[in-house]
Amino acid sequence: MNDNSSIEPLWRAAHGRTGDKGNRSNISVIAWDPALYPLLVAQITESAVGQRFAHRRPARVQRFLLPSLHAMNFVLDDVLDGGVNDSLNLDSHGKALSFLLLDMPLQVPHELRIHLAGTTGSPTTKPHPKETPST
Amino acid sequence: MSKDVLRVGCAAGFSGDRTDAARPVVDALIASGGPSVLIFETLAERTLALAQIARRTDPQLGYEPLLDEMLRPVLADCLAHGIRIVSNFGAANPRGAARRIAGLAHELGLSVPRIAVVSGDDVSGASHRDALNDGLQGALAGRDLVSANAYLGAEAIANALIAGAQIVVCGRVSDPSLTVGPAMAHFGWAADDWDRLARATMAGHLLECGAQVTGGYYADPGLKDVAGLARLGYPIAEIDLNGQCVITKPAGSGGRVDEHIVKEQLLYEVHDPAAYVTPDVVADLSEAQVRQVGSDRVLLRGVRGHARTDSLKVNVCCASGWLAEAEISYAGARAEGRARLAADIVRERLAGIGPLRIDLIGVSSVIADDAGHWLEAVPDSGATDVRLRMALRHTDRAQAERLAREMVALYTCGPAGGGGVRTSLRPTLGTLSFLMPRALIPSRFDFFDPQREGAA
Repeated sequence: MNDNSSIEPLWRAAHGRTGDKGNRSNISVIAWDPALYPLLVAQITESAVGQRFAHRRPARVQRFLLPSLHAMNFVLDDVLDGGVNDSLNLDSHGKALSFLLLDMPLQVPHELRIHLAGTTGSPTTKPHPKETPST
Repeated sequence: MSKDVLRVGCAAGFSGDRTDAARPVVDALIASGGPSVLIFETLAERTLALAQIARRTDPQLGYEPLLDEMLRPVLADCLAHGIRIVSNFGAANPRGAARRIAGLAHELGLSVPRIAVVSGDDVSGASHRDALNDGLQGALAGRDLVSANAYLGAEAIANALIAGAQIVVCGRVSDPSLTVGPAMAHFGWAADDWDRLARATMAGHLLECGAQVTGGYYADPGLKDVAGLARLGYPIAEIDLNGQCVITKPAGSGGRVDEHIVKEQLLYEVHDPAAYVTPDVVADLSEAQVRQVGSDRVLLRGVRGHARTDSLKVNVCCASGWLAEAEISYAGARAEGRARLAADIVRERLAGIGPLRIDLIGVSSVIADDAGHWLEAVPDSGATDVRLRMALRHTDRAQAERLAREMVALYTCGPAGGGGVRTSLRPTLGTLSFLMPRALIPSRFDFFDPQREGAA
């Protein structure tokens, strides 16, 4: 981190939704503003997302870029403990997982801060064992 | 967009959706004055297996249990205004649903509509047994098969509409096909017009979860505010002769249609965006764009299509055993420590029974993994109102029942102050999926004959 940037939670730069098919989860990450999209591509990588979900032991993390939507689609294999029919999780679909991803840290240059949504001050509310900055 | 527009309104996104959704959608379709279709999508992965179980107990059942509540308020107006109804609410018994719709029309004093029944999706019978065993590579051996259904495409729906159906009742069809079928019938598209089919497919994809594209499942107060969630308007796609669509919703209804919401739903349950595979087409979203073209109006464009695959996805449901869940609460100083101790006690008592999940609701209810890696890595956070939840699956009911007994026993044998034990035991279904050659799964439709088949 340098003097001209700050660390923000990803949800200030992007929003997203989780979907599931079997034991596979997909999570979209959509820039609030096109100007923020390159930051997402540079920092929210397959490996950073894999670390974020390390406790779910993903067999594979794939990222698909959709520049014309200023969006990325992450596909995480084998993270749902078998999926809706086999998981013991209350949320067997993994519907809450987008919010775990959207709490990832993002380094934002000051000149791009005007494009952020929301306000800082409500950081991650739950402890997370694998809090690893992705930069 | 061209003036020739087909409007497809969606009044349900799953079985259990709000049943008062259709009225405002139908009013908007009537007000538009143009050709319109109303769809209900009510069939998630497991819904059909549950319907099959219902049909085992009563051969008249097995269709959407809320069919009456969904249709009764709008059936007369749809028929009077030429709004055709297309749905998978037939579930495991499309003919039973057709019979019930005929009965409903009779009760409402309407003449019985022309109801088409789409069939071919059920591949659980003897004629497909070899193909099932091949596809599942022996995984079926010794298991209680509940249902096996292929995801059919849009062609039988389109043909039924062309033949004059006012209502098309399906079992398992792919969700977007409920929209593609009417578009094919209305515009006369060929079954290999890949770009148009792909665009209509993505229109159907945006519609198929109902209010998820009109502001439902989006709100996050202070960051993503949505007004009127208690009276959400359900979506309407205006599809033109090239398949391009504008997503909108009834005027005056709650919710919102904007670019961000449409993007979230466009990527929902998508894996490779360049190859979204349905029975009708392989849709390519790589260059898709969304653009706000009016208040609560978003245009989707740039979708392309590639030739459909030569197989159909088949979902197989089998009885898989029992799910046991049990909970107990602790409050006050050191509550989390007491809840963790309670979990350790039950774990020791049930050693060897198999995977046992632990949640500390109030600390973590859904983020953790079944194996407990997350919980192990997070120290006692000092939470002072914690509900311990434990869950296990077992093929043997007697073993599954042990969890409830151990949780109840914590009243006298566990940590101090435990209360509010609740337990549940439910039979479970497992799902297996595979691809079956399309050639083995012909789909067809026929018209329900109220004279011969009666009304219920």
